[in-house]
Amino acid sequence: MIEVKHLSKRFGKVQVLTDINAKFYKGRINQIIGKSGSGKSVLAKCIVGLHQPEEGEVLYDGKSFHAMEVDEKRDIRKRIGMLFQGSALFDSLTVLQNVMFPLQMFGEMPKSEMAERAHTCLQRVNIMDKDKLFPAELSGGMQKRVGIARAIAMNPEYLFVDEPNSGLDPQTSILIDDLIKELTEEFNTTTIVITHDMNSVMEIGENILFISGGRLAWNGSRDELLDTDNQDLNEFIFAGSLMRNAKEFMRGKSSGKR
Amino acid sequence: MGTLAHIGRYFILLKATFTRPERFKIYLNRTLEEMDLLGIKSLGIVALLSFFMGAVITIQTKTNIDSPLIQAWVVGFATRQSTILEFSPTIIALILAGKVGSNIAAEIGSMRVNEQIDALDIMGVNSAGYLILPKVIATVLINPFLVIVSMFLSIFGGYLVGMATGIVSSVDYLQGIQSGFIPYHVVYALIKTVVFAFVIATVSAYQGYYTKGGTREVGISSTKAVVYSDVVILIANYALTQMLLI
Repeated sequence: MIEVKHLSKRFGKVQVLTDINAKFYKGRINQIIGKSGSGKSVLAKCIVGLHQPEEGEVLYDGKSFHAMEVDEKRDIRKRIGMLFQGSALFDSLTVLQNVMFPLQMFGEMPKSEMAERAHTCLQRVNIMDKDKLFPAELSGGMQKRVGIARAIAMNPEYLFVDEPNSGLDPQTSILIDDLIKELTEEFNTTTIVITHDMNSVMEIGENILFISGGRLAWNGSRDELLDTDNQDLNEFIFAGSLMRNAKEFMRGKSSGKR
Repeated sequence: MGTLAHIGRYFILLKATFTRPERFKIYLNRTLEEMDLLGIKSLGIVALLSFFMGAVITIQTKTNIDSPLIQAWVVGFATRQSTILEFSPTIIALILAGKVGSNIAAEIGSMRVNEQIDALDIMGVNSAGYLILPKVIATVLINPFLVIVSMFLSIFGGYLVGMATGIVSSVDYLQGIQSGFIPYHVVYALIKTVVFAFVIATVSAYQGYYTKGGTREVGISSTKAVVYSDVVILIANYALTQMLLI
């Protein structure tokens, strides 16, 4: 489990996050939602240690990440898998080399086993036949899948996924969401998904945190989400005119219809 | 951000760069790749520049010392001295700052804006070491080789032009390039080359590593890499010359 306590972050004079308290549960899909610029990606980057918060702490299984020695932080990071918004695949490496990269840096197995493991991960995300291509030769959806394959190569305990559906068509978005759900169940990871895609929230969200104006404005389950009287959250969920009339439809999805 | 803050951050980056690599074999392979990319692939431009540089030095020297009081072999002597002491180590370093420095800054800067450096950090890889150290080692090892090639080609260029134009005879030129040769001057040139190579790789990597924004900022970082590398090379050139030659 990951726990965030009284976390605040600012850039210069701009206060981005204020007194965030949150828990991210193991074996569940924890989703951070909010408008663009609300601070959700900054929160995720504070959790993985890419940003140093001014106040507060992040606890990985009870241990404060920011109080850890450099080697301890590295050990934690080796247990993190992350899919970036733009996939962040290494341009100069092929698909297979990208997935093998963390194994080569930290794995203790022979090269043939690394390749086998990488192939297994690619098979898991259903992209086996593209292993010799370079990232630039792949579509956005395929790049996301390779990013996921790389993220799970080291059997991570914590899986971070930043805007997995951005730039993808609805069909591919559903495939990526399904994949995240399957991997969370399969590897029992603490999965944190940053998104503003309500479809994704209704499909796979389990523990949902709504960030508004740099504060945690709401936290609850998918079912509680639809009954909330939080005005900001309601505006966020039903922002589009079409979506305003879709509440009942969303309720239907939430109760298991697809 | 002030100049002192940049200098401080530069040294912090150097400290992160020179930490123990996670996997020596991967770093070694990357160093060999960088030697090819940053060094061997620069051989063509270095050869071309050096040849014409030597040719121009020979012609200019001859036109400036065209006096019956000065012996003809001085043209070869002046070409050799100018080439070894200044033109090959310094001019080639300035040219490489443009070619190699912009390449390093653009590559690392693109990786920064595309979150590839964040990806390395999250994996637990020392991104500064992984990206910068092989480039520093590669340039420090390969640039002296490039400069030695440059010295030979520059002196050879002067020889060929001297012959072709008839401004200096073969015998006089060959006598000139052998007269008063001090081997330490080559050592001095190579010391400068190693320092300049380090400056090019680290200053350019610094500019790329701390790029913020998008593709426009990558271009700005690339330009800054060349400008700052050139400035530091010129200052280092003066300092080293005073320290090593006086």
